[in-house]
Parts: sequence; C-alpha cells; structure tokens
Amino acid sequence: MPYLDYAASAPLRPEALAAMLPLLERPAANPSSQHTQGRAARAAVETAREQVAALVGADPSEVVFTSGGTEADNLAVKGTLLAQAPETRHLVCSAVEHHAVLDAAAWAEADAGAQVDLAPVDNLGRVELDRLAALLQPGRTALVAVMAANNEVGTGQPVAGAAELAHAAGAVLLCDAVQAAGLPGIDLAADGVDLLALAAHKLGGPTGVGALVVRRGTTLRPLVHGGGQERGLRSGTLPAAALAGFGAAAAAALTDRQTGATTTLTALRSRLLTGLRTLAPDLERNGDPGPIGEDATGPKATGERGPIGEDAPGPKATGEPGQIGQDAPGPEATGEPGPAGRDAAARFGGAATPRPSGLGLPGLLSVRFPGRRAEDLLLLLDRYGVACSAGSACASGAVTPSHVLVAMGRDPAEARETVRFSLGHASTEADVDAAVAAVARALAVLAPAEGRAGSTARQGVGR
Amino acid sequence: MTAPQVLVAMSGGVDSSVTAALAVEAGWDVTGVHLKLADTPGHLQVQGKGCCTLADADDARRVAGTLGVPFYVWDMAEEFQRAVVDDFAAEYAGGRTPNPCARCNEQVKVVGLLARARALGFDALATGHYARVEDGRLFRAADAAKDQSYVLYMLGPDELRHLRLPLGGLTKPEVRATAARLGLRTAAKPESYDVCFVPDGDTAGWLERRFGPRPGQVVNTAGRVLGHHRGAYRFTVGQRRGLGIAAPTPRYVLRVEPAAGRVVVGERADLAITTVELERTTTTDGRPLGPRQARVRLRAHGTEVGCRVVPLEDPIPGAAAGRQGAATRPNGTRPNETRPNGTRVRLELEEPIDAVAPGQAGVLYDGDLVLGGGTVSTTRA
Repeated sequence: MPYLDYAASAPLRPEALAAMLPLLERPAANPSSQHTQGRAARAAVETAREQVAALVGADPSEVVFTSGGTEADNLAVKGTLLAQAPETRHLVCSAVEHHAVLDAAAWAEADAGAQVDLAPVDNLGRVELDRLAALLQPGRTALVAVMAANNEVGTGQPVAGAAELAHAAGAVLLCDAVQAAGLPGIDLAADGVDLLALAAHKLGGPTGVGALVVRRGTTLRPLVHGGGQERGLRSGTLPAAALAGFGAAAAAALTDRQTGATTTLTALRSRLLTGLRTLAPDLERNGDPGPIGEDATGPKATGERGPIGEDAPGPKATGEPGQIGQDAPGPEATGEPGPAGRDAAARFGGAATPRPSGLGLPGLLSVRFPGRRAEDLLLLLDRYGVACSAGSACASGAVTPSHVLVAMGRDPAEARETVRFSLGHASTEADVDAAVAAVARALAVLAPAEGRAGSTARQGVGR
Repeated sequence: MTAPQVLVAMSGGVDSSVTAALAVEAGWDVTGVHLKLADTPGHLQVQGKGCCTLADADDARRVAGTLGVPFYVWDMAEEFQRAVVDDFAAEYAGGRTPNPCARCNEQVKVVGLLARARALGFDALATGHYARVEDGRLFRAADAAKDQSYVLYMLGPDELRHLRLPLGGLTKPEVRATAARLGLRTAAKPESYDVCFVPDGDTAGWLERRFGPRPGQVVNTAGRVLGHHRGAYRFTVGQRRGLGIAAPTPRYVLRVEPAAGRVVVGERADLAITTVELERTTTTDGRPLGPRQARVRLRAHGTEVGCRVVPLEDPIPGAAAGRQGAATRPNGTRPNETRPNGTRVRLELEEPIDAVAPGQAGVLYDGDLVLGGGTVSTTRA
C-alpha cells in the first residue's frame, strides 16, 4: 500500500527495529541501575545519544531525551522563559511554527506573564528576517523560535540568519527540526542553534521518544521533576529500547543524507508533481520545499496565486532577505559540508552534514486541487489504499484550515483544498505511480459529470 | 452482486452507532463519517450535553473501530453555522419559531450529506433517524414515541431512494439492547433533547447574548400596554411564563411583532387557530400537492389534526424557491431541482388547535405515510 505520509510519521526503519528487539527481549533493566543489566541498558542509551548528536552536529552531552518532539518544544519554550525574570519573558516565534511551539508560547503568555510576538512569513511560508528583526527587543527577548523546515508546506527557513539576529539581541534560538532532521538536516554549530527539537518517528524510529538538543551554556528550567535523569532537565526512566531505535534511525538518516537521498527524493517528488499536473493542470503548489521538477533552470517559484512552475531553484521569490541568499542550490550541493560542519563532524565522529540554512524538505509536496475538498480526496485515496494528509488535522480528526496556509495568505476555503504528500526513506517510484493513479481515479469520481449514471458513480468508492 | 456502498452518519450516540452496526450486519460495505458541526474548543464543551463534542467524535471512532469499518471526520462547522445556527437566530429575530433539527436535516445532515455521499460514489446514506423508508416513500417509525418523520418531511423521491433508516422498525429499548449485545460503548449513553448548540437549554439567554437587549412592550389585543420586555426574540407563540405582567387569568403570547418590538398577549381561547398557511412546501413523492384530506402535525411532539389541503397557487416545476440556499452539489446542481416546491398551501383544520408559531414545520400525513410539508407562514383563528 503506497504510503505518502512520512511527514506525519515515517515507517520504522529495519535498522531501528533491529536495534530495539534485543533490548525488548532482554530482562527489564533501568539504565540508571548499577548492575550488569542496567549498565547494558545504559550503554544502549549512550550509543543512541552519540548517534543523535552526530546527526545534528552536537556533542552527546548536549542531547536531552524527551518523549518526543512536542515535549522537546515545550521544554525549550517554557523552560527558557521560566528561567528568565518576568520582565524578560519576551518570545518571538514564526507564525508557521508547529502548535507544540505556538501553544506552549500561548500558555506562557496566559499563565507565565510572557509576551509573545509572531514573525510573519511571505507567501511561500518563509520567515522574513527584516520583519523578525523588527520584533526583537534587545535585552528583553529571551527566545526566538524558527523551525528548520515547515511540516505542512516544506519551506526551509533562514535558521542561521535568525540565530544571528537572536544572538545580537541577547536571545537564544530554538529550532524545531522535527521534520528536517533527516533531510536536509540542520547543524547546531553551523547554524548557531541553541535549542533543537527532534522526534524519532519522523526519522524512521519509534514513536514516544525525541530529544531537545541544548547547546552548552544555555539555561533551562526543567518541566518534569523526579529522579533527575538527563542532567536534571528531564526526569523519568529512560526507555532504552525506544532510544536504541531512535539512535539507529538517526544513524541511518545520516547515511542516507551522505549518500544522496536528497537527490533521490527530489526526483521522486518531481515525478509525483509531474503526474499530478497532468491530471489537474489547475493544481497549485504551496510553499517552497526546495528544488523540484525536471527543469532546474526554469522559471522561479513566484509565490503568486497561480500555478507554480515545476522548478524552483533559479532565483528566489521576491522579497527574500539577503541573509538567506545562499539557499536553494541544486540538490547536488546539499552534501557539501561547510567549514563549521566539518569541525562538528570531526569532533563528534559522525560526518555531520551541514547545509546552507533555508533548504526545504525534499520529500514534501503540498498542493491545492481547486474546487475539490481535501476531505473528499483523502477519503477516496484511503479507499484506494493510498495514505496522505490534508493540510492539518484537529483533535477530532477533522480537516481544519491550516494556520500555516492562512499565514501564507491562503483563505480558509483554499486551505481546505490542500493535500500534503510526503515521501521518505522507503519511498519508491512504484509508490509515486500508484498514488498518481489513485488521484486520477479520485478526480474522475469528483469531476462534475452532467448526467452521470448511477452505475458509473458506484465505481467511486470501490476498493 | 457486490454489496452496496453505504455511508453511515455517526454522531457518537447510541442510535447512529446501532445504525452502523445493523448496516454491517446487513452485509453492506460501510463507511462511517462523523460531522464536526461546532468549533467549540474542547475545554469549553459541556460534557455529555449537546452534540458534536470531542467525546462524541471519539465515541463514534471507537464504535467504527469495533465494527471494523473505515471512519472519517468531516468539518461541516461552517455549513452548520450558516444554515442552522445563523438561521435559528434570524428566525427568532423575525418573530418566528424555527425548528433547527429540520433545518439541519435539510441543509446538512441528510440532504447535504447525501449529495456529498453520492458525489463520492456511495450508493446510499444511512442515518439513525427513527422513520421508515419503504419503496422510496417515507413512513412514521414503528416506535411512535421516537418517531422523527416530522423532521425528515422535506426529503424527495430522489433522496429517499438513496436513504437507509435501519432503526425505523425498532423501538428505543431494542436499539439499546442491540448496542449492548454488540458491546458498543455508546449503549448506555443518555439521550440528547436540547438544541445541540444551546447545551444549557436557555434559548432566550443564548439569543440575548447574540442580539443584546432590545426592549419593547407587552400589549393586549386592543393595543393597551401591559408591561415591558427585554427582547421580542425571547417569546414564542403560546408562551405563558416570563411575560412579566400581572393579570387575573393566565396570559399567553399570541403574536410576536419584532419590527415594532411588540409582544401581543391574550387569553388562552385566543390561541386557537383553524387555518394555517404553509410556504416552501415539498412532497415526498415529488408531485404537486392537490386538494385533499390529510392529517397535519405542527410541532415535533404535538398533536395531529385532520385537515383539508388547499393549494394556493399553481406549482412551478423547477422553481427551487422552496429550499432556500439548499446544499449545492459539487456539480453545481441543487438536490431535487425538479421537485415542485415553492408553492403555498392552506390547511383548513377540522378542529381548532392552540399555539401554532410561524416558522415551525407543518407536516402532512396519510396514515403512516408522510406526504410532505412546509413552513408555517401565517395562522388564522
């Protein structure tokens, strides 16, 4: 069954499963115990810590394991603000952050006396650094949150530029890299990130574990108190098996990055977009998830309402701040480590793969099918065995207008017509072709057909 | 022959849960859908009251999981707000007494959802309403106490052909027993009676929060001022409580005149009416209403009286004036476009009845068969 919903959760990698099984079969042991079994569990946890650190150019001692990306974001936002005196609890986050950041910030504003400003994005969903800079209050702003790449539309953010601005104002930078940690990756040192959130299951690890990477010297207050694990920043018995899976997935993701997975995914996504465009010429792409399409020198993505060319590398959209001019090279450039990254790679034994800040997610494609409700398309695609997502979903499971698309200037009705396809480590051309065929079938059912016979209609939901 | 593909509307209550279960037992290819009709944030929802809470969606999802059928949640909050909630408020503001459940069935839950199901290629829609569909005609439920045919009167032949009502032949205790037998977690869920978007049942308070106070006078039929009120929208024909006047015998609301801010009250005997006019009429067989005898019900659980049906104008086929703002299908046509609606009829009642409010549905029956109905526009003694 074609699975094109990696951005929601990636299938478990075989390496992760292999790393977890022995720990699940072995007698239970607490990694904090001093006996032989406990030490073995602890060794597995520390191996995982090194693997996760290597993925993001961090020192293993900077990795704080959490229950996932949401907890990591919450710890970063609340932990940073609570460490501040009330008068310096000012936070600036991009308008397209994940709700784990936005809602934690809203809590801090309502219940912890914080003040929150949202940095607007352009119509591709990219943070505008000059407008972000205007919101900073030097000496008072404690935290700036800019994600590595957006989970809904794939647009890469100018993280390094945001970090420079944050540091100049005396603030720390939180980078939610939950989606981007695998590809194209983020580098703690090279990008100037102070706090970096990760989730195992987006990399092909298990759900239920993640990490907040805390750059040395960054002050945080813990939110979860108890046994003092994770240097007191996150108490709770460490789940050794799940963390082993996290570590193995991180190592595999790093290998993928070094062996050209970006290029492979970009090509698969181009194949998908080309196929979808053939079916729906009026289709509109959302955001700028990076190079796409066969013609890498074609017209640039304009951010206009009209269809966006199957291209993107070329000159960037208008209104692009100069600081991120280095982004959007061709896919071949992503494996080229910069000097800082080489340092990190050398220090921590992994070949951390720094890449210019601002790269989008190579496996993500957010498209709008004008006049077709995402809910209807998703029902039919599910019936045909193809898994993908709408823009975003609320707790009840309904498709609600995405705050990201609305921040990009889409109206709520348009946002409801948006479908997100996301590819990843095990995606194949066959998956893409099957998805395109299923979309063809769904669009045929939904097409306005005057006087369509009942028997024809009946084919619609057939499995 | 392949199994019919049936979309089941699952509210999370026991009725629609059993509907889905019976649909599976019937061998149909079932897909469940829950309609999210409100945007109320979870922490503000009154648990166990009203409908469309997060807990209801969870219950529906769990039942679908127990039955092993695919399940989706569709956000129809905008449609519901526009077609039902805003309409409800506007009707009260206009001095009428709307039936939001009939309106919801017409615009969202049945007609709207059926059109969407058909557009997606489903053969039929199944709902947990207590009424029967036989040979494409609509009949009362076997359980007279639960009968909901009153709120489904607006369905036409094209819709009825594609509507399944598996509970129509069952009593409520039988439905609960079925839920218990199948181990559905909704088996013992309490009934919901109130208007779902007014979970505390305080319609007057809800309207006052929406419109603010609009003070006016309470007058008798001779126009003499008896007292004052905070808003004409707080009153409905036949209402006795809350009039704020002292009188030797009980006074009842006879008319609401929102433009003048006036509420006209009188004796109970003044409430009796013998003639009712219906507008926006529809028929379940799609044919125009001719002069005939019938029985009419003018309130969901009110009494029925015999009546003479007198058409007031020639039906205009295709004049879709009747169903205002009817759900538009994805292909741009409106459901039941050929149904002769928009016509008005006069009902001459065989015996007087009390307190019929403009805005309510008037539903015509021939025995158990639902002939059709319309919206009460005017009444006369």
